Amino acid sequence: MKTRTNRRLFLQGGTAGLALGLAAPTYLRAQSGPLKIGHLTPLTGFLGPLGEYGQMGVDLALEEINANGGVGGRQIELLKEDSVNAQTASTKAERMFERDGVEMILGEISSASCLTISQVAARYGKLFVNTGGNSDALRGSDCNRYMFHVETENAMYVNAEGRYFQNEGLVDGKDWYTLNADYAFGHDLLRAAKSFLEANGGNIVAEEMVPTDATDFSSYLLKIRQVEPDVVALNLAGTQITNFFKQYGEFGLDFTLGGFGFDTVAAWAAGARNFRGTWPNVWNHLVDTEESKSFTKTFTDKYGKPPENQAWGDYNALKIVAQGIDAIGGANGDELIAYFESDEAKFDVQKTRQAYFRPEDHQLIQEIYAITALDPDAVENEWDIFTTSGPIPGEDQPLDVLAQSTEGACTFSS
Amino acid sequence: MYIELFLTQVLNGLLDGVYYLLIALGLSLIFSLGGIINLAHGAFFAIGAYAAILITPYTGYFGALILAPLLVAGLGMIVERTLFTRFYRIDPLYSLLLTFGLAMVIEQGLRWIFGAAPLSYAMPDILRGQVFLGDFIYSRYRVFLIAVAIVAVAALWVLLNRSAFGRIVRAGVQNPDIVGSLGISLRPYLSIVAGIGIGLAGLAGVLLAPIYSVHPAMGAEVIVPAFVVVVIGGLGSFWGVILAALLVGLTKGVLIGVGLSAYSTAAIYLLMFLVLLARPRGLLGERILRFE
Repeated sequence: MKTRTNRRLFLQGGTAGLALGLAAPTYLRAQSGPLKIGHLTPLTGFLGPLGEYGQMGVDLALEEINANGGVGGRQIELLKEDSVNAQTASTKAERMFERDGVEMILGEISSASCLTISQVAARYGKLFVNTGGNSDALRGSDCNRYMFHVETENAMYVNAEGRYFQNEGLVDGKDWYTLNADYAFGHDLLRAAKSFLEANGGNIVAEEMVPTDATDFSSYLLKIRQVEPDVVALNLAGTQITNFFKQYGEFGLDFTLGGFGFDTVAAWAAGARNFRGTWPNVWNHLVDTEESKSFTKTFTDKYGKPPENQAWGDYNALKIVAQGIDAIGGANGDELIAYFESDEAKFDVQKTRQAYFRPEDHQLIQEIYAITALDPDAVENEWDIFTTSGPIPGEDQPLDVLAQSTEGACTFSS
Repeated sequence: MYIELFLTQVLNGLLDGVYYLLIALGLSLIFSLGGIINLAHGAFFAIGAYAAILITPYTGYFGALILAPLLVAGLGMIVERTLFTRFYRIDPLYSLLLTFGLAMVIEQGLRWIFGAAPLSYAMPDILRGQVFLGDFIYSRYRVFLIAVAIVAVAALWVLLNRSAFGRIVRAGVQNPDIVGSLGISLRPYLSIVAGIGIGLAGLAGVLLAPIYSVHPAMGAEVIVPAFVVVVIGGLGSFWGVILAALLVGLTKGVLIGVGLSAYSTAAIYLLMFLVLLARPRGLLGERILRFE
């Protein structure tokens, strides 16, 4: 018997199949042990490369903590899953708290997923520690008592990167061409960048909103060549930054390149020949402290490549909550909040100064860095393709000088 | 100045369409002959890019440009022989599930072997730099890319329209049963067509590896626009796919050119919607009896 095929079926079927493509596979690994902590981060899609580093980082921290006897005498058991998107993240968070009985959830990169997970966590009165979501709104209008942020917020990156450009004489009276990821992250970053540029005399000559599935930038590059801006600023995310680097070099453009959101994985993926400009960074593997070098070495020995900044985020998040659990002798959400908000809660995060959570919005106040591309001829291996600045803010400035949020102030509702 | 910029964007948009072409043509070809909607087509594109990264250290870029598509084509023929062949005569929804599953397996496999982080792949020095065509300054690599694509597409056209092989394939598209009753087995043709179609996706993977980010999900990024191109162009139509690819590239390029970049992706779906309203078979879709 022969079954009829028709065009309508091709369309229906194809569309259904493509829609299914958005629901990516998930997996779950668990070990036996008494204190359960959930870890959610995107492993598929354009943030997947970062999520993989996040998992590597949290795994390494787990190994070290459990090898040293766990927390308060208990081993930690980590339940890790792909968060996929904001809706799935929320469902999985719900299941982790309800069925698996986790004491808290760590992770994330997507600000949209951070928001939904934090809402679930608040309902259960348990913590969510954000390791990769940058959005200022999460620290402002969408803030939540049960959410803490190890990742730095957009406003801090913008202020750090903006100061760098100011020192280079590239802000006052200069033309900026911006490309922005067309979702919450990019909008948020553009808003922060605009307020910085307006305050300091820079002109924005273009605000391109780039669809998240765009892979080709040739049309933008031709426009940039026509406009001849002083600075090309990227507020893009994930693999788009890599595509842009590759094509920027391909089209032979030479305007100053920089941006306000960055992950070192994009530089590595672009390669030494294509990576250029100066970019803000929460941490990188060249940070010059003993703790940082030792972390980089342990990580490289285990995984065969140096840690990306997202690996730093998830590694330190688990170390920070372990310190909290040790300090209060348990994992009660409200007691942990009280500890993290207190003056005694200071954290070694492999930087020159200790970090702390700002009580009013739960942002980890810490040093950040700027990385600058090396001349391709000076590059010796595929990882050390940039140099890092010293800590920002500098030693003579207070640690929270950059942390001026552009969003409405956070008010914890409960 | 604006006219000049606009014309530049029009030209670039048309050139941009060429990238979709290689993927969309294979997709269309495989569906036309066997009725398989190959959702794994993008995954083979990704395999092409990864194969280029593996092969280049031994053969250089140009060696990889030849070997990687052949490797992917071989893989495509194996997949056709072992998997597709079981699905030609049953409800196409099953083959849809099969190829969707295959796409996931390949993507996860690439992630497992190479990691989720994108890999870097530099373009050969000889293709770096710009070409100047009057006022139009363009990337030398893209001129090369488009030239290779045009050669590949022209070769495919000659094969399909000017050879005995092509005659049988075209007859098979229209009426496989009559071809069978003439004593010609379509089986080897189905394998070769799958090999060619999937090989073209592999070729696109090698060509785009130097300018796109090479990561496991890169296939999922191209399958959707390619699918849209096939639908707009009309199933089974060689020229329809070409026309649609150029149209999609043009639409995106012009929208970005006039500052409406936020709508550039949505516009191609709107275009598909409008085309289907006016011409349900697509722009140049032929009437294929068994698909009506």
